[in-house]
Amino acid sequence: MKVLVPVKRVIDYNVKVRVKADGSGVDLANVKMSMNPFDEIAVEEAIRLKEAGVATEIVAVSIGVKQAQETLRTALAMGADRAILVVAADDVHQDIEPLAVAKILKGVIDAEEPGLVIAGKQAIDNDMNATGQMLAALLGWGQATFASELTVEGDHATVTREVDGGLQTIKVTLPAIVTADLRLNEPRYASLPNIMKAKKKPMEEKTAADYGVDVTPRLQVVGTAEPAARQAGEMVGSVDELVAKLKAAGAI
Amino acid sequence: MAVLLLAELTGGALAVDATAKALSAAKQLGDVTVLCAGASCADAAGAAAELDGVARVLCADDAIYGNGLAEPVAALIVSLAGEYEHFVAPATASAKNIMPRVAALLDVMVISDVSGVVSGDTFERPVYAGNAIQTVKSTDAKKVLTIRTSTFDAAGAGGSAAVEPIGAAADPGLSEWVEDKVAASDRPELTSAGVVVSGGRGVGSEENFALIEQLADKLGAAVGASRAAVDSGYAPNDWQVGQTGKVVAPALYVAVGISGAIQHLAGMKDSKIIVAINKDEDAPIFQVADYGLVADLFKAVPELIDKL
Amino acid sequence: MIDFTPSEDQLAFREMAEGFALNELRPNAIEWDEAKHFPTDVLAQAGALGLGAIYTRDDVGGSGLGRVDSVMIFEALAKGCPTIAAYISIHNMCCWMIDTYGTGDQRAAWCPKLATMDTLASYCLTEPGAGSDASALSTRAVKDGDDYLLTGQKQFISGAGTSDVYIVMARTGDAGPGGISAFLVEKDTPGLSFGANERKMGWNAQPTRTVNMDNMRVPAANMLGAEGKGFNIAMSGLNGGRINIAACSLGGAQAALDATVAYMRDRKAFGKALIAMPTLQFRLAEMATKVEVARTILWRAASSLDAKAPEATTLCAMAKQFVTDECFNVANDALQLHGGYGYLSEYGIEKIVRDLRVHQILEGTNEIMRLIVSRSVIAEN
Ligand SMILES: Cc1cc2nc3c(=O)[nH]c(=O)nc-3n(C[C@H](O)[C@H](O)[C@H](O)COP(=O)(O)OP(=O)(O)OC[C@H]3O[C@@H](n4cnc5c(N)ncnc54)[C@H](O)[C@@H]3O)c2cc1C
Ligand SMILES: Cc1cc2nc3c(=O)[nH]c(=O)nc-3n(C[C@H](O)[C@H](O)[C@H](O)COP(=O)(O)OP(=O)(O)OC[C@H]3O[C@@H](n4cnc5c(N)ncnc54)[C@H](O)[C@@H]3O)c2cc1C
Repeated sequence: MKVLVPVKRVIDYNVKVRVKADGSGVDLANVKMSMNPFDEIAVEEAIRLKEAGVATEIVAVSIGVKQAQETLRTALAMGADRAILVVAADDVHQDIEPLAVAKILKGVIDAEEPGLVIAGKQAIDNDMNATGQMLAALLGWGQATFASELTVEGDHATVTREVDGGLQTIKVTLPAIVTADLRLNEPRYASLPNIMKAKKKPMEEKTAADYGVDVTPRLQVVGTAEPAARQAGEMVGSVDELVAKLKAAGAI
Repeated sequence: MAVLLLAELTGGALAVDATAKALSAAKQLGDVTVLCAGASCADAAGAAAELDGVARVLCADDAIYGNGLAEPVAALIVSLAGEYEHFVAPATASAKNIMPRVAALLDVMVISDVSGVVSGDTFERPVYAGNAIQTVKSTDAKKVLTIRTSTFDAAGAGGSAAVEPIGAAADPGLSEWVEDKVAASDRPELTSAGVVVSGGRGVGSEENFALIEQLADKLGAAVGASRAAVDSGYAPNDWQVGQTGKVVAPALYVAVGISGAIQHLAGMKDSKIIVAINKDEDAPIFQVADYGLVADLFKAVPELIDKL
Repeated sequence: MIDFTPSEDQLAFREMAEGFALNELRPNAIEWDEAKHFPTDVLAQAGALGLGAIYTRDDVGGSGLGRVDSVMIFEALAKGCPTIAAYISIHNMCCWMIDTYGTGDQRAAWCPKLATMDTLASYCLTEPGAGSDASALSTRAVKDGDDYLLTGQKQFISGAGTSDVYIVMARTGDAGPGGISAFLVEKDTPGLSFGANERKMGWNAQPTRTVNMDNMRVPAANMLGAEGKGFNIAMSGLNGGRINIAACSLGGAQAALDATVAYMRDRKAFGKALIAMPTLQFRLAEMATKVEVARTILWRAASSLDAKAPEATTLCAMAKQFVTDECFNVANDALQLHGGYGYLSEYGIEKIVRDLRVHQILEGTNEIMRLIVSRSVIAEN
């Protein structure tokens, strides 16, 4: 079974985000970019499926600026077999919306015909939590989002999902979309030899136009602002003082 | 213009708080029709009809909606789509699963986690783990939104809308429910609780987490946790507060043994009063805390329980 | 034009090493230092990533990279913990020596397991009576049938007691460097014993012990390289070893500098943030310049080793001396800029200072580096 994993290049999760003074967005020039952490988990899960003999080939796909090829190299170094880069933007500040990403992915999937797609549940930049669900809708496939456990058996996958009250287990008919939550696995580092080997793995380059997708955003960003800052608080010296302050503030 | 609000159901009953908060946002957009989709959900529909500002309630009572599977619920919403301009739901795990699917089926962009309604087509939402607030204007004819409940007050009671039963839409039959593992609890629900006590890695073990729970019970609070505490198995996954867990904004949030990573702050920094107990005086949590106590939690928490 | 832009591969190596350092080393570094804990499990994790044999050839399990790649990787590792990075560098040097000078059998027997770091190596040159003047070493190896009998003591051996294989330089012939041969000695060899873990200023997360050899029987087949070549082998290992150790100083200094900038943003004195004080800004500028100059000479020396250039030994000595001295100064300045807090262990700065201090002493003291450089300057003119 072929497994397709979409991966997004995002600001590294350790980087402190700074809103540009003119409110036009967030400053992404010269900041460290990495693979979206949820997508790393998705790649890892695909590799584990391959190691378990369930998956036969892993195709990583990234949609965005040309530099996303670094992200694809990381996926290849971790263990994906080949990569497809769909160049859809030339400014690093242009985020391709989940709907457009899903449409492009549908084009890729029509050509590749994978048996399973594993995506991250959310990109930590736009925090939209939507691409997997949208892709499933466009393909008319089943979806198992926020997965913390995945087993593939024959023509279906059994997925345990992290939901509000606890855990839910569902069965989806394959092909299907699974989106990875944090506890699905702990992704590996790419080893030095595998980083070298990744160079020789095939990477195809396409454009959004190749899939006939218009990536014009449906949501115009009118402004970007810093969240309201909290007032500085105070340190208390003892539990007694804490209790007294909370009482005075009417909190207890 | 007409708004379709997807009611949140928990175990077949109406999740009043989440639904009523999303309703407050929805009311700003037009006349609100609430959709209850579930198995034996007549009572839930009745409860929704009593919320203030609901114009009517549609009740799709069918076994296929019993477990909130995304494919049949999305198909149902899309089958009703003609009449509505806005499709709104609280940003719960269930609705976050369903609404993007609805949006894609309607060929529009979803707008997740809306924290402010500027106008019928313009909304505020947090991005980058809440480090920036983006204002976006939708150019789509229909708008599909999930509402960050922590930033809206719950609509009150006092409504008396009519409840109309509706038939089920065709079931796409793509997925099947197997089981739910939901811990029963007498504590308030995390996202609607007035007080939340959360424990982090500093708590050290699942057994020690009982201390956090005792403090919570003393305060009538819900219990939360950091990702590190959940990952280490001290607390169940549905207690995680943060960028990728639950977003809470209680009147009082007590963070115990939590360092205050940006991803955790994203889930609680809108709380009214934040208390932090941490043995490291430089822990970043103190930068957002109203009251900070540098102390060993194993000494401070029992003392606090004692003195409350 | 000289291109100082790292390649895409180098960026990927560095990113991996830095991810490993920041996630697996840094959060534990202070604790390991305090507990004097040598985390062999974490070393095995590093080995699985190809970090145990970075510049060993790939037919025996090495990663097959070059020296510039290596110094970039060691700099990244040292951002997490200079001590662990430095041990990994010594281990790499040993693996490379076996790869380069070993027989087919020796390479096949040792390199694959050293590469994974399931098996660890130590380098045994220094003796109580022979430090800087290492060629005066007195450990004797006497031929006895198909074996050698080794007797003597090695001082300050990193990893000793834990390591599984020891590259021991011993005298098989006359006085002077030409009388020295190198041997591969396994840990459980009868006659081999170890002293207590030395109490020391820094480098606490790896053991330093004496290695005692008492009529220790080693098969002649365990000789590394030809008889009488041991000193050359030891020195050629050190060319790479020196720049790797220097890279560990660089990573430590960079981490200390980064922490200092962050600290100065938050810390206020006389009503404003330290970062806003012009004299302190100049101090930061000087520190940043030193770090960057250090990186430049380091890359230059490493690329001369990659190119097998005749001046490589001199450049490596220059780099070792300059980088380890200046990066120690930068770390010490970082401590100063932290005020009293820098002197406390919580901030991790005093640990970096303690760790980097020894890089000016080992793998040839910085005086010996000057000796090497001055000899070549004088010979050239
Ligand atoms: C993509 C992504 C998403 C994430 N999403 C989330 C999220 O939704 N929610 C979340 O919480 N995290 C999230 N994280 C993880 C986040 O970055 C932090 O790792 C996590 O929040 C740390 O949890 P912690 O504060 O419990 O642990 P630590 O950072 O280890 O802090 C433990 C604290 O306990 C204190 N302590 C220890 N012992 C005691 C004692 N005896 N008494 C008092 N204090 C003590 C320590 O001083 C320390 O400050 C995410 C990370 C990524 C990469
Ligand atoms: C923590 C630690 C780990 C070590 N690990 C190892 C290891 O794994 N393997 C190993 O073989 N060795 C190891 N060493 C030993 C280290 O390489 C030696 O300490 C170093 O080479 C100096 O030798 P010495 O201590 O005998 O000093 P000495 O040679 O006695 O030097 C004393 C001082 O005199 C100076 N000096 C000596 N000769 C000259 C000269 N001709 N001109 C100018 N100045 C001179 C020196 O620079 C130094 O300042 C380690 C040392 C330490 C502290």
